[in-house]
Amino acid sequence: MKSITVRYFAMFREAAGLGQETLQIDAATAADVFAATRHRHGSSEPSGHCKVAINDVMADWDSPVSDGDTVLLFPPVAGG
Amino acid sequence: MLKITTDTIDPDQLRKDLFDAGAGAYCSFEGWIRNENEGHSVLRLEYEAYEPLALTEGKKILAEAQDRFPHLHAHCVHRTGLLEIGECAVWVGVSSAHRDEAFQACRYIIDQLKVRLPIWKKEHYVDGHSGWVNCERCAKSA
Repeated sequence: MKSITVRYFAMFREAAGLGQETLQIDAATAADVFAATRHRHGSSEPSGHCKVAINDVMADWDSPVSDGDTVLLFPPVAGG
Repeated sequence: MLKITTDTIDPDQLRKDLFDAGAGAYCSFEGWIRNENEGHSVLRLEYEAYEPLALTEGKKILAEAQDRFPHLHAHCVHRTGLLEIGECAVWVGVSSAHRDEAFQACRYIIDQLKVRLPIWKKEHYVDGHSGWVNCERCAKSA
C-alpha cells in the first residue's frame, strides 16, 4: 500500500466534494490512482479526455507513482 | 511573458510592451465572454486555473512559438475568477519582423493554450443552472 495525496480540480473537486485527500491504496500508476478515485466518488469521466500531473509535473497515465506522491487530476481543460 | 490574473486585461498596455524597433508586424487575439453556448443563454463565466502548472505549460508554449518563428516577441494573459459578458478572458499578442509569422504564431499560441493549460471554465446560465465546459460533453461520450 502507498500513501498518495490526490488533488481534484473543477468538476472533479465538485464531484468529490473536496479539494484533496490522502488515500492508502495499492496503485502502480497514475491510471490506478484515477481508477481508485473514480470508484470512490462515482465519476464517469473517461481518462482519455483528462490530464494528470505528479508532484507538479505533467505526467502520463502509465507514469509510476511512489509512496508520498501527490497526484493531480485534471478534468478536460477549457481555457480561452 | 505569461500571466494568470484576476485583474481586467488592458490590451492597449500589453500591446505597447511588444513594441520593438525590428518588428514590422503585430498580431493579437482576444477571447471574449459571449452570451450563448450550445443553445444556452450564458450570464457569466467562472475561470479556474491551477496556476503553478498553467504558468509552466504556458511558458513552454511561448518558447515553442519563439523556436518556430524567429525574432518573435510573444505575451499572453489569461483571466481567472468571475467574468461578465463582453470581458476579455484571454489575450495573446505577438510582434515579429513580418506579418506571416505574426499571424501564424498568434494562432499557434492560442490553439495550444486552449488544449494544454490546466484552466477550466464554468458557465452560469440565465436559467440559474451552471455547467463545466467540456466535462459534461466528455462524460456523455464515455
